[in-house]
Amino acid sequence: MKKLTYILAAFLGLGMNITSAQTPKGSVLIKNATVLTVTKGSYENTDVLVQDGIIKQVGKNLSAPSGVQTIDATGKYVMPGIIDAHSHVALDVVNEGSAPITSEVRMKDMVNPYEIGIYRALAGGVTVSHAMHGSANVIGGQNATLKHRWGSTDPADIIMQDAPRTIKFALGENPTRVHGRGNGIQPRTRMGVEAVIRNGFNEAIQYKKAWESYNSSKTQKGSTATPPAYSERLQTLADILDGKIIIHCHSYRADEIYMLINVARDFGIKKLVFQHTNEGFKVAPEIAEYTMGASVFADWWAYKFEVYYSTAFNAAILQRNGAITSINSDSAELIRHLYHEAAKTQRYGGLTDDEALAMITINPAKQLGIDDKVGSIEVGKQADLVIFDHHPLSVYTVPQMTFVDGVKYFDIKEDQDDQRQFVSATEMVEPVYLFSKVNEHKCMQDMDSFFEAFEGAFLEEKH
Amino acid sequence: MKRILKTFCVALLAALPLTTMAQIDGEFVKPRSGKFLLQNATVVTITKGTLNNTSVLVENGKIAQVGTNISAGDAEVIDCTGMFIYPGMIDGGTRLGMVEVSSVAETVDYAEIGNVTPNMQALTTINPNSEAIGVTRVSGVTTVLAVPTGGLFPGTAALINLNGYTPDQMFGGFKAVVMNFPSSGRRGRFDRRSDEDVKKDAEKALKDANDIWDNAKSYLDLKNSGAELQYYPEMEALSKVHAKEMPLLIEVNAASDIQNAIKWVEGKDIKVIFTGVAEGWRVAGELAKAKIPVITGPVQELPTRQSDRYDAPYANAGKMAKAGVKVAIKTDEEENVRNLPFHAAFAAAYGMGKEEAWKAVTINPAEIFGIQDQYGSVEAGKRANLIVATGDPFETRSQIMHVFIDGYRIPLSNRHIRLYQEFLERSPGLKAN
Repeated sequence: MKKLTYILAAFLGLGMNITSAQTPKGSVLIKNATVLTVTKGSYENTDVLVQDGIIKQVGKNLSAPSGVQTIDATGKYVMPGIIDAHSHVALDVVNEGSAPITSEVRMKDMVNPYEIGIYRALAGGVTVSHAMHGSANVIGGQNATLKHRWGSTDPADIIMQDAPRTIKFALGENPTRVHGRGNGIQPRTRMGVEAVIRNGFNEAIQYKKAWESYNSSKTQKGSTATPPAYSERLQTLADILDGKIIIHCHSYRADEIYMLINVARDFGIKKLVFQHTNEGFKVAPEIAEYTMGASVFADWWAYKFEVYYSTAFNAAILQRNGAITSINSDSAELIRHLYHEAAKTQRYGGLTDDEALAMITINPAKQLGIDDKVGSIEVGKQADLVIFDHHPLSVYTVPQMTFVDGVKYFDIKEDQDDQRQFVSATEMVEPVYLFSKVNEHKCMQDMDSFFEAFEGAFLEEKH
Repeated sequence: MKRILKTFCVALLAALPLTTMAQIDGEFVKPRSGKFLLQNATVVTITKGTLNNTSVLVENGKIAQVGTNISAGDAEVIDCTGMFIYPGMIDGGTRLGMVEVSSVAETVDYAEIGNVTPNMQALTTINPNSEAIGVTRVSGVTTVLAVPTGGLFPGTAALINLNGYTPDQMFGGFKAVVMNFPSSGRRGRFDRRSDEDVKKDAEKALKDANDIWDNAKSYLDLKNSGAELQYYPEMEALSKVHAKEMPLLIEVNAASDIQNAIKWVEGKDIKVIFTGVAEGWRVAGELAKAKIPVITGPVQELPTRQSDRYDAPYANAGKMAKAGVKVAIKTDEEENVRNLPFHAAFAAAYGMGKEEAWKAVTINPAEIFGIQDQYGSVEAGKRANLIVATGDPFETRSQIMHVFIDGYRIPLSNRHIRLYQEFLERSPGLKAN
C-alpha cells in the first residue's frame, strides 16, 4: 500500500523517487534566500538545489532541472534541519526500569510513527531527533535516531537507518532513587553508580574473552568446546568497549561527569557524550579534551536538587572551552522552538550566530555520529532544510517549510486544523490535556509510589 | 601626646575589622536607591508612544520626570545613548519565591493541604532571598503575581516587586482569592476515568463550589448584620470576594469549563479575573462579551488537544485580544519566570503583534490589578520599575543593561552570572599547575 502511495505520488509529479531507496527522496530548488550553511558561512540571495534527497548545488542564479519544483524564498532564511540530541518524541515507552543495567533493550522497537509530536517538531524545523531511553537505569537501553518522515505508518521509515548505534547511561539522582531507594539495591549513591558501570564493563571484558577463546578453539580439529551463553546485555557492553556504540549519558553534577570521564579513559572508551550536563561548565576543559562534548538545556535549572547550582551560561562556557556543545529539548514542547533555545546562548554568553546555530545542527550531528550526512548545508549532504520568515535566532521568527531528504513535510500554508494520522475509534470525545507544570505535579501526587518505582515510565517526567 | 594616642587608637579601631575579616574578599554590590538620570534613550512608554532622545529622572522611588531637557542636578547620570527604556515587565501568574527546588518537598510552599484554603497567604511564604528572584529580575521582569495552587480555593495570591528584604517591602498592592474552576476535562494522559465519571466528578465539584460560595455569602450577610461569628478563617477570606474587597482569580482552561465559568460568574456582583484560559481562542467572543479580563499562559506550551493546530497556544493570546478581551500574559513558572519576554514575543509573532504583546506584560496586568496609576508604563508619577536594554527586551539577543525596581538600582548579578564569572576561564584548567 505504501509503495502504491509512492508510485501514485511519483505519477502526480511530486518529485519523489522510489527506485533509489525505501524512504521518499525529493527534489526542489529554493531560490533567492539567505542561506545559513552553518559550516561554510552565510550567503544572501542564494539558491539551494536539491535532487533526489541530496544537496546538489549552493549558488546564485541556479535554474531548476525539468520537473523540479522551484520555491521562491526571497526575503527568507534557509538553514539545515534542526537536530535534537535528546528527545522522547514518538516513543511508546521510555524506561525499562527493572535493573541497573538494561543495555539489551532498544528504543527502535518502541517507535510510534503516528505520534503528532513528530509533526509538531517539524513545524519547529526539527528534522532529526535522538529518541532516547529514560534515565531510570545506570546503563539504560539503546536509543534510536529518527528522521521525521511524517506520514509513513511504518516505524522503520521514521528511523534513520544509516545512523550509528547509541546508548543511554544515567548518573545521579534518578538511578539512585529508582534502584537504591526504590528497590534497595546498588546504586544508592554516586559511588554505587561508578561501581555498577565498572562491574558491567569488567564483566563484558570476561564475556568477550570467553567468546574469543571459544571462537579460536572451535576451528581447531577435534574441538569439543561449547559456546558461552549468549547475552545481548553483555554483548552490547562489549560493543561499547569496541567503539561501536556512542554513549549518551544523562548527568548533572560535575563530580559524576568527571567520574565517567575517568571510567571511560580507564576502559579506552572515546565515544562519550554527556546529556543535560548542567554542571558541565565546572569541568569544561575535561569534557573538551576527553569526550564528544555535552548536550545541554538552554536555561533549565532548580527543578531538582542536582540542578540547583546551574547557570544559563553553561553552553557558552562549554563552547568557549572548546567542548562540542549542543542544545537539546528533552521535551515535546521545547522541541518546537529549539531555534529560540539556541538563541539564548546569545543572551547568556554572547555567542556568534554561527556558534548558536551550530548548537542545534552540526554539533548534535557530531554527537550522534551523523555529521557526514546532515547538520549543515553542504553539497553532497542529505537535504534536510528549514525555511524561516525571519532570521532563525530572532524571537519573532516563524518556520515556514521543513524538508527531510528534499521532501516537504511541513508547510505553514498547508497546515490543517487536524493533522493527526490516526484517530482512536474508542475515543468518543477528544480529551483535553492541560500540560501546565502544576497540573503535571498534580498528576504525580496520586502516583508517587508508582513514580518512585518506575521513574516516570508511564508519566511525562523524563528529565 | 594625648592627641597622637587618640589618633593611634582610632587608626587601630579602623584597622581592626580589616584584620579580623581578612578572609573576605571583594565588595558585595547591594541594590541601592538614589536619584538617577537615565539620559538620552529611546523611551518606549507603552501608554504615551515611543520618545526619541529622551531622559528619565528617577527620584524617591518614582519616575520624577520624562523629557528631553531634564537637568541632572545632583542626580547620578547614566548614559543611555543608543539604548531603550521600557517599563519593568509584570508576570500575571507565577510561583516565584514560593519554592526553591521543586522536587524537594521541603522547599515547596505553594500548595497547602485541603480543598478550601483561601486563607493561605502567598505573601507569607515569599522568600525574598530565593535564588530565583535574583535570576529573574535581571531579565527585566520586575513584578510578579505569586499564586498558590492546590484545591478548589487554594489561597490568596499576592503581587510582589522583585526587590526587598521582607515580603511587606516587596508587596505590590494587589491580592486576590484564587479559585481552580472545577474541570470537566481530563488531568492528563494517565487520567483513566470513564467519560461518565469525568462528568460526574465535575458536576459534584461544581456543586461543592456553589455550596461553599453560598456559605461565604451567608457569612458576610451575618457579619454585616452584626452577628457574633465563630472563628472561620476560610469563610472570612472568601467573604472578601463577596464584599468586593478582593477579586476572584479563576483558573480555567478547557473551552467548556470557560463557558461554565462565564455562566457561573453571571449575576454574581463580584470582581473576576480568568487565568490560564488555554482554550480561550475557542470561545473568545463569549469572553469578550462577558467583559472578563484574562491572564493567559504559558504561551510556550503544547496544544491542549491532539487535533489542535500546532500553534494554538502561541496564537491564543492574540486571538483573544483581537476579539476584544483584555489580555495579560503569565509564564505559570517558578525558576524560569525570566522567560516572560519570550512567551510574550511568541504571542506577538503568532498574531498578537509587538505592541499588544508589550501591553500584555505591562499596562494590561496593571489595569487588571487596578494599579495602573503606579505600574505598567513609563510616565511621571509612577513607581520607578524600569529596564534599560540594548534593544527590544523581547528579542533573545538583547542585553538588559540596567534594572530599577521601586527606584532601587538593581545589581546585575545572581548565581548564574557569578558561576559564569568564575568558570569561563577556570584556573587551573585541564592540567594542574
